[in-house]
Amino acid sequence: MATDSYAPLLHAYFDNELDLVRSLELEEHLKTCPDCAQEIWTQQTLRQGLRSANLYHRAPAGLEARIRAGLPRENKVAEMPRRNLWNWVAVAAAILVALALTWRMMPSFLGRTGTDLLAQEVVASHIRSLQPGHLLDVESTDQHTVKPWFNGKIDFSPPVKDFAEDGFPLIGGRLDYVDHRPAAALVYQRNKHFINVYVWPESEAKESRARLESSEGYNIAFWERSGMYFCAVSDLNTGELQQFAQLLQQ
Amino acid sequence: MADDMPGVGNAGRFEQIVLPHLDAAYNLARWLVRNQQDAQDIVQESYLRAFKFFSGFQGGDPRAWLLKIVRNTSYSFLEKNRPASLAEEFDEKIHATQTGGPDAEAEMVRGVESRMLQEALDAMPVNFREILILRELEGLSYKEIAEVVNVPMGTVMSSLARGRERLREILLRAREKEGLRGH
Repeated sequence: MATDSYAPLLHAYFDNELDLVRSLELEEHLKTCPDCAQEIWTQQTLRQGLRSANLYHRAPAGLEARIRAGLPRENKVAEMPRRNLWNWVAVAAAILVALALTWRMMPSFLGRTGTDLLAQEVVASHIRSLQPGHLLDVESTDQHTVKPWFNGKIDFSPPVKDFAEDGFPLIGGRLDYVDHRPAAALVYQRNKHFINVYVWPESEAKESRARLESSEGYNIAFWERSGMYFCAVSDLNTGELQQFAQLLQQ
Repeated sequence: MADDMPGVGNAGRFEQIVLPHLDAAYNLARWLVRNQQDAQDIVQESYLRAFKFFSGFQGGDPRAWLLKIVRNTSYSFLEKNRPASLAEEFDEKIHATQTGGPDAEAEMVRGVESRMLQEALDAMPVNFREILILRELEGLSYKEIAEVVNVPMGTVMSSLARGRERLREILLRAREKEGLRGH
C-alpha cells in the first residue's frame, strides 16, 4: 500500500504523466519508501496482465460494412455546396491560367494594360503637382536654366526646349517619381492650363509616335525617343495636347 | 481542416479520419454495455452521430472525439435500459481489505488469469471501468481521457489510482476464493 500523500502522484508517474521536476522528486521518494516502490511493481505486473490477456474487443467482421452502408444519403446531398465551391474554384483557376497565357502571348495586351496603369500614375502625379507649392522645383522660362538644374539630381539629361513661340511656354521643372524610378518633370503652360511632361530613361524605349490616352478627365500622350519615355499630361483637349506632343518630338 | 483536402468529399474525409478508429469505438462500447450485440448497435449509432457532427470537428485527435460520442451514446443506452448499472458504487468497506504483505499481493496479481481479469473489470463501477479501459487497453493520455469522459485531468488521475486499487482488491479476493476451492 502506497504512502497516502503520494498515491495519486505514483499513478501519474507510472503513466508517464508527471513533469520532469515532480518525476525526479518522486524517484527520490521511491528510493526511501519500499511501500511505494512495491506499488509501482504491482501496477506494472497488473498492466502486463491486462495487456496480454486479450481483453481488447475488436470490432466484429461486418460492422464496418454495416456502418458504411448506414451513413445517410441526405448528408451526401448536404455536401454538394462544398463540391460546387470546388467546381467554382476550378473554373476560377482555369480562367486565371487562360488569362496568364493571354498575357504572355499577347505583348500588346500587356503593353496596353501597363500603359493604363502608367496613365493612372502620371495623372495622379499631375494632380498632386497642381496642389499649391508642388508644381515647380525650378521656376524658369529659360531652357538653359531648367536643363542644367537636373544635373546631379537624376542620372540622365532630359531634352528641355521652350515652345513659347508656339503658345506652349516652358515655366520650369521638378524632380518627380514615375514607374518606380525618378523622373524629370518639365512644366509647360497653355493659356491657363498646365502641362506636365514626365521624362525618364528606359532601355527598352524605341522611337514611337505619340499614343493618346485619357484617364479621369485628363489627356495623356506617350511616346518613346532616344532611349527615353515621354509622357505629357494635361487637362488640355486632345487636339492641343497632340499638337504639343508633336512639337516636343521634332 | 476541410480545406486541407481538396477533392475529397465530406463523406470521404469522414471515412479517412473517423472510420479507422472502429476497433477503439467497439472496444469501449463493449466494455461499457458488456454485451456484443448492444455494443454493435451503439457503435453504429455513434458513427451516425459522428457523421452528423463531423462538420463541427475542429481537428485534434479524432479517436478521442469519436470515443466521446461512443461514451455518450453508451451512457444514454444504459440510462434507458439498465439504469442500475450506472448506480453501482464502490463498497468502501471492501476497500480496507488487506491480505498478506505487499510481496504476496504482487505475487497474487501476477498469477491472475485472463478470465479473472475480465470478470474483475466487469465487476467495476462503470465510471472506473471506463477510465481503466481507456488508459490500459486504449493507451490514451490523461488529457485524452479527460476529453472523452469530460472531467478534469486531476479527476482522471485520482480515478485511475482508486480504480487500480479496487481492481487489485477484486483480483485478490477472487484468488482467495479459488484458493479456498483447493486450487
